[in-house]
Order: sequence, then structure tokens, then C-alpha cells
Amino acid sequence: MALELPDNVVITKLDEMVSWCRKNSLWPMPFATACCGIELMATGASRHDLARFGAEVFRFSPRQCDLLIVAGRVVMKMLPVLQRIWQQMHEPKWCISMGACASTGGVFDTYSVVQGIDRFIPVDMYVPGCPPRPEQLIQAIIDLQAKIQREGTMYGREFTRPERQLPSRALRQ
Amino acid sequence: MDAMPTRTTSELKRAFPTAEISEFRGQVRAAVPVSSIGDCLRFLKEQLGFDMLVDLTCVDYLAYRGATSRFGLVYLLLSVDRGERLVVRTFVDDPQPAVPSAVPLWQAADWLEREVWDLFGIRFEGHPDLRRIVLPEQFTAHPLRKDYPLQGRGERHNFPVITRAEG
Repeated sequence: MALELPDNVVITKLDEMVSWCRKNSLWPMPFATACCGIELMATGASRHDLARFGAEVFRFSPRQCDLLIVAGRVVMKMLPVLQRIWQQMHEPKWCISMGACASTGGVFDTYSVVQGIDRFIPVDMYVPGCPPRPEQLIQAIIDLQAKIQREGTMYGREFTRPERQLPSRALRQ
Repeated sequence: MDAMPTRTTSELKRAFPTAEISEFRGQVRAAVPVSSIGDCLRFLKEQLGFDMLVDLTCVDYLAYRGATSRFGLVYLLLSVDRGERLVVRTFVDDPQPAVPSAVPLWQAADWLEREVWDLFGIRFEGHPDLRRIVLPEQFTAHPLRKDYPLQGRGERHNFPVITRAEG
């Protein structure tokens, strides 16, 4: 039995629609501690124009943000600050580790530099580069948008369910 | 190379005969025993007009060829009136390396001495507030000492892990 629908009516799941809304209005929290922060600023500025992907509203309060972009090396004195900021962000929330230093410590294999923030907070996307070009960060945001659409979370704790533990694109392909 | 005798070097040598004065590429240097460093700095400021402490730092001479002491403290002084600079050095040894504080002479020594204490563990007797300045307060080592491992002793990974479930 075919259901007759007018052309201007679309049927979807509420979950899909909420994810679609969320992925197109990410509010980044810039945690810029080093030269990656310059590229992060360039990404938000007019030449690369992050507004094209709905993520241009940088806020400097974690309570207004849902995307943490860690741009630069994090030293052991800064890590508790980073963790506090992550905990202050509302769910659902995501994290991009931008650049070699945030992801692995980079060339700074010294006593004070944390060797990758994913040791201590969750990370959704890693951006390689030293520092990455704005295009790379934009690609990470596009990939993150795909992930948000796929995950369909209503609140962040769904990430902890076992079937959501390995959602990365590489594993699915 | 011996320094060209100037008013500074000759008066310093007369007041502190144990000071070894030398010159290298136009920089006049005075090595002073740690027992007289406090008096020497006071003399340089009050009698010879070195009214500005430009920098205070430290060198760890562990396993350095020809070194007789573990740590060398370096004071870079400037007389603003004459535009004359002087490098004053003194040497201290383990255990419990300590020198008198220069804070009563130059306020600039406050944070500089805290930095040397933080990174080299040299005590400055009489410093009003000798706390760590760069590293976190719970840090226990002095990491610019040459016998401290470059990658630390695990301090950088001694944090709680926050997972998705904990928010």
C-alpha cells in the first residue's frame, strides 16, 4: 500500500533530524596553546571561512560549546585545565585533536609535555600536521559531521554503549 | 685573558682579593667564592653603581670537562648610568647548594631566583617567597639538573583519565 505524500513532505527519524541539526551548527571551543592556534584562527577567518560548514561560532566559554579543538602542545600544568574545560562542556560534545603535538606530543618528548591528549580525555578526530593546513582542519570537521550524523546520539553517554565503541570510519571500510 | 684594568675591576680586586677577574670577547667576568658573594654583590651595587640586575641564571657543570664545582650561578649586572656591564659568577656544590638571596639588593631577583630554585634546586637564603614559579607545585624534582632524565620520571602521565562515561 503506497502512501501518497506531497513533494514537500519528508519522512525521517527524529534521531536523524536532531543529528542533522547538530552537525551543521557545531560551536567550537578553541583550546589553542601553540602554533596550531594560528592555523585555527586562519580556519575561522575570511579566507577559509569555517562558516561554510556551520562551525564558525567560536566561544570562549566551555559551557556554550560542543566541539573542543585542542590546537597545540599540552603541558602537564595545563592538562588539569583542559580536563576541567572538557568536563564543563555540555553533552553531546566532541573533541578534535589538532596537530602532531596534541595528538602525540610531537617533537616535544620531554618531561613536561603530555604525549597525546587522548591519554586523558576522549578524542573523536585527529588532524595530522605540524601545524595542519586549514583545509585539513576543515576536512576533520567534515568527517566529524559525518560521524555525528552516523552516531545519532541524543546525549553523549550513548557513546559508552558497546556497539558504539568502535565507530571510526577506517574500521567500517 | 686578563681584563684591561678599569675602575670597576681594580676596586673590585682591592675589596675582594679572592675574586678572579677575566675578559672574554669584551665581556668582563668576575668569579667570586660563594662565601663572599653576598658582600660582593652589595659592594657592586652600592659602591660601584651596578643598579640593575639584568639576569640571574644557573649552569649545571655535572660531567663537564675541567669543572671543579657542580653548579655555576651567573649574575648579569648593568650600570644604567655608565652603560657598563659585568658578569659575576659563583660556584656551589651538592648537597644542599645555597647562596644568599639578592632580593634585598634588586627586586628583579625575586622571580629569577624562584626560577633557579624551581629548575635547579638551589636554595636562596633569605628569599621572601621561595616557591616554584614554572612547574606545578606538586612537582618534586628539579628538571634542568643534568642527572634528571629528559623524559622525566613519569610526572607527565600522572593524571586521572576522563572517559566518555564520566563526561
